[in-house]
Amino acid sequence: MAEGQFKQGVAGGRLAPQQYAENFSDLHPPLDPHEALVEADRCYFCYDAPCMHACPTSIDIPMFIRQIATGNALGSAKTIFDQNILGGMCARVCPTETLCEEACVREAAEGKPVQIGRLQRYATDVAMEQNKQFYDRAEPTGRKIAVVGAGPAGLACAHRLARYGHEVTVLEAKPKSGGLNEYGIAAYKTTDDFAQAEVDYVTAIGGIAIENDKALGRDFSLSELTAKYDAVFLGLGLGGINALRAEGEDAEGVENAVEFIAELRQASDLSSLPIGRRVVVIGGGMTAIDAAVQSKLLGAEEVTICYRRGQEDMNASDFEQDLAAANGVNIRHWLQPKRVVADGGKVTGIELEYTIMKGGKLVGTGETLSLAADQVFKAIGQLFEPAALNGSGASIAMEGGRIIVDTEGRTSMAKVWAGGDCIRGGEDLTVTSVAQGRDAAESIHRTLTSNGRA
Amino acid sequence: MADIRNTFVGIKSPNPFWLASAPPTDKAYNVERAFKAGWGGVVWKTLGEEGPPVVNVNGPRYGAIWGADRRLLGFNNIELITDRDLYLNLREIKQVKMNWPDRAVVVSLMVPCEEESWKAILPLVEETGADGIELNLGCPHGMSERGMGSAVGQVPEYIEMLSRWCKQYTRMPVIIKLTPNITDIRHAARAAKRGGADAVSLINTINSITSVNLDTFSPEPTIDGKGSHGGYCGPAVKPIALHMVADIARDPETQGLPISGIGGITTWRDAAEFLALGAGNVQVCTAAMTYGFKVVQEMIEGLKDWMDRKGHATLDDVVGRATPNVTDWRYLNLNYVAKAHIDQDACIKCGRCHIACEDTSHQAITSMVDGVRHFEVMEEECVGCNLCVNVCPVENCITMQPLAAGTLDKRTGEPVSPVYANWTQHPNNPMAKVAAE
Ligand SMILES: Cc1cc2nc3c(=O)[nH]c(=O)nc-3n(C[C@H](O)[C@H](O)[C@H](O)COP(=O)(O)OP(=O)(O)OC[C@H]3O[C@@H](n4cnc5c(N)ncnc54)[C@H](O)[C@@H]3O)c2cc1C
Ligand SMILES: Cc1cc2nc3c(=O)[nH]c(=O)nc-3n(C[C@H](O)[C@H](O)[C@H](O)COP(=O)(O)O)c2cc1C
Ligand code: SF4
Ligand code: SF4
Ligand code: SF4
Repeated sequence: MAEGQFKQGVAGGRLAPQQYAENFSDLHPPLDPHEALVEADRCYFCYDAPCMHACPTSIDIPMFIRQIATGNALGSAKTIFDQNILGGMCARVCPTETLCEEACVREAAEGKPVQIGRLQRYATDVAMEQNKQFYDRAEPTGRKIAVVGAGPAGLACAHRLARYGHEVTVLEAKPKSGGLNEYGIAAYKTTDDFAQAEVDYVTAIGGIAIENDKALGRDFSLSELTAKYDAVFLGLGLGGINALRAEGEDAEGVENAVEFIAELRQASDLSSLPIGRRVVVIGGGMTAIDAAVQSKLLGAEEVTICYRRGQEDMNASDFEQDLAAANGVNIRHWLQPKRVVADGGKVTGIELEYTIMKGGKLVGTGETLSLAADQVFKAIGQLFEPAALNGSGASIAMEGGRIIVDTEGRTSMAKVWAGGDCIRGGEDLTVTSVAQGRDAAESIHRTLTSNGRA
Repeated sequence: MADIRNTFVGIKSPNPFWLASAPPTDKAYNVERAFKAGWGGVVWKTLGEEGPPVVNVNGPRYGAIWGADRRLLGFNNIELITDRDLYLNLREIKQVKMNWPDRAVVVSLMVPCEEESWKAILPLVEETGADGIELNLGCPHGMSERGMGSAVGQVPEYIEMLSRWCKQYTRMPVIIKLTPNITDIRHAARAAKRGGADAVSLINTINSITSVNLDTFSPEPTIDGKGSHGGYCGPAVKPIALHMVADIARDPETQGLPISGIGGITTWRDAAEFLALGAGNVQVCTAAMTYGFKVVQEMIEGLKDWMDRKGHATLDDVVGRATPNVTDWRYLNLNYVAKAHIDQDACIKCGRCHIACEDTSHQAITSMVDGVRHFEVMEEECVGCNLCVNVCPVENCITMQPLAAGTLDKRTGEPVSPVYANWTQHPNNPMAKVAAE
């Protein structure tokens, strides 16, 4: 046991140096060829396969698995990329237990679905390791399209547009591309700088120019884009986060979970990343689980997730909750934050109030509980920050704080499409963002070519 | 990207994958769906002569055998030729061919062994615009009891006669579909060639009983307590079909006779193997009946991927490439020595190789070394038989490694000879001695 384990407060180096690499290694290590064959052989090649319907990008799962089984991993990768050019990342981060694998008929038959996600990773790894590019660009159309945001939605949109021969400029506020693939996804889901490798793989098709450190609303306005480009796609993600609405929220040590994870993902040396000895995470979704598990993996002694409703209400899947439990995270329910306790401006604990459902509403019981904490992470949902859209003259219709789009991804503003987390009704998953970016590209292409100019 | 367009006896199709004459090609509905899914051609379900169509049983037609996890390995059937009206079929064939001019539409035929019957049906088929005909001389059940199908295919003289009649009465290419229910397929193929047939296709199904119901003591499939032998097909028959294709391909008397390969083709790899042994294209039935028409997409993409990887630009670069390597046993090099080798990292220590070798072969694999469970080949005992390779559950875990010339074969204590020497030259061969005298 490294001595750092018992350092008081928020500190780095809690673990022995080699422990970090082990803790943050692949959550689901890749299948080797033998494992892939055995697993692929389990697929029944179902008709109108339920797994395919459950995949937001509708990958032809029976076909790609059959191609693995018959020794055609490259063809398999193409089958995947035809529908989902970020199939590599999705294979790593999709909550398959609530998507394709939940629908797999072998889940019904024997409670053991075909491991679709890991097979998808197997095939895409083969193609990406060889940098095998499957798509030629169509003849240049002379159309120019701006994609704002280089996250999953923006990248999927850009790739599909480039295939059709359009010229795409991606404008990205951050120094690195990839969106939450680069800054948000848990480190043990995407090891070895996979997010950047994938950005390179996607853009290798050509016709996609990414300009980093270019922020909409700061460096240019939406009306400038619509004037300069034939179409604009907004894949802005969610920049803001919900307030805790607890007293003392601004004490040192109260942090935004997404920012903590971003810092972790960008850290060149995890052992230098400070973490509390006792950590409390407020929330009940994927972000809460990721923040809690990674806190634990950094060596926090005690990590507690506090969620204000019951276990069945948690957004995090059973698999994720089990993952947290297996890593020694304590998940507590029916507790809402009331007051951050601080000493000298630094957080020392949090006071929570028990909750119950009364008349269909969540109410506090008045009874409280105090937990000691050196760090409190807020993981209670992100917000779309509409400020970037300001200054564009006409405004884009919003609802519930997010952009309204129609079934094709068109916003209320002419020439402007949107997709991914920033739109209303999304599921806030990488794979749904990819689907929306891709489908918006199809819509843009139809619009730009049906008017007879291209 | 490899070009897999195919021309077989002058019939063009966008790929070498045809559906064999069987239920998948029984009517326009199925064939339209097949073409939409990407099949390059079809051989229409066998038509009979004009008049009331045959009738099928109204109970089970299929029996099956399964591998682990209920994977279908083979099945048999007792279905007859089409039970639909001849003219309905002909109208549909004409319409389908019009709708799909780039796909191959070949019509399978089976009428009584009389010249008049053939003379009557051929113009009707020709009128549909079909690309060719295939003579079903292979159906082993039901029709054979009526003197057709395999009853004809088992008599080379009949094969020759029918081939001749058909060549005489139609300008369409004539393919003779052979039955495997004979001892030497070459006689059938030679007869087809003598009769002027343009090609042979094989195999049709094999006489079989798939299982016996032990409650009722009746063979499957069971019709009201009784069963009849059926025609066996699917992955299990592939080795038999491959051998027969190779035999015809390398027979000097039939060399160059186009062959359409059939029997157990399920993946691109199976198809490639048939092509390599000399088939000019392939036909598929069971795989489509098991997985639906969509399987052809795997076959098409897989075949192209393999050809790209190997640098084969067209099918001509593939067809017949393995034929010259099929030879008679007596010409195999008896000085070639290989030994099994176990990759210890891949081995999961199941012990199957050991017990197979220990109980039934040459006692050449350890089970315990220094008190530890350990499986390793003892070269001094290994005869290189390959049994362990085939029983090992892990692919590429045991491999056969040839010994280079000059290295010591620990089993014989002799160095491996660099000289090719076969049985015809071997001192133990009495015939060889005679030749030497
Ligand atoms: C901690 C965390 C863990 C997650 N884990 C998973 C998971 O395991 N599996 C899963 O499926 N999903 C997960 N998600 C959700 C998933 O990451 C998102 O749904 C997905 O990334 C959304 O894609 P996007 O392209 O819409 O937005 P983002 O990925 O957020 O990308 C938006 C991009 O736009 C840029 N941008 C924003 N504003 C501007 C501007 N004004 N000008 C220019 N550029 C701008 C941003 O910098 C960013 O690069 C997780 C989310 C979080 C927060
Ligand atoms: C149900 C069934 C019906 C068949 N009917 C015919 C037929 O009418 N004419 C014919 O030439 N072959 C017929 N066959 C044989 C197939 O065309 C084919 O030669 C055989 O099934 C081997 O190929 P496979 O292993 O791909 O199935 C039939 C096969 C099956 C399974
Ligand atoms: S549902 Fe399961 S078994 Fe069926 S095709 Fe999908 S992965 Fe294969
Ligand atoms: S496959 Fe169709 S026709 Fe045949 S028994 Fe089943 S339901 Fe009936
Ligand atoms: S059969 Fe294969 S896996 Fe099993 S013990 Fe032998 S070498 Fe090892």
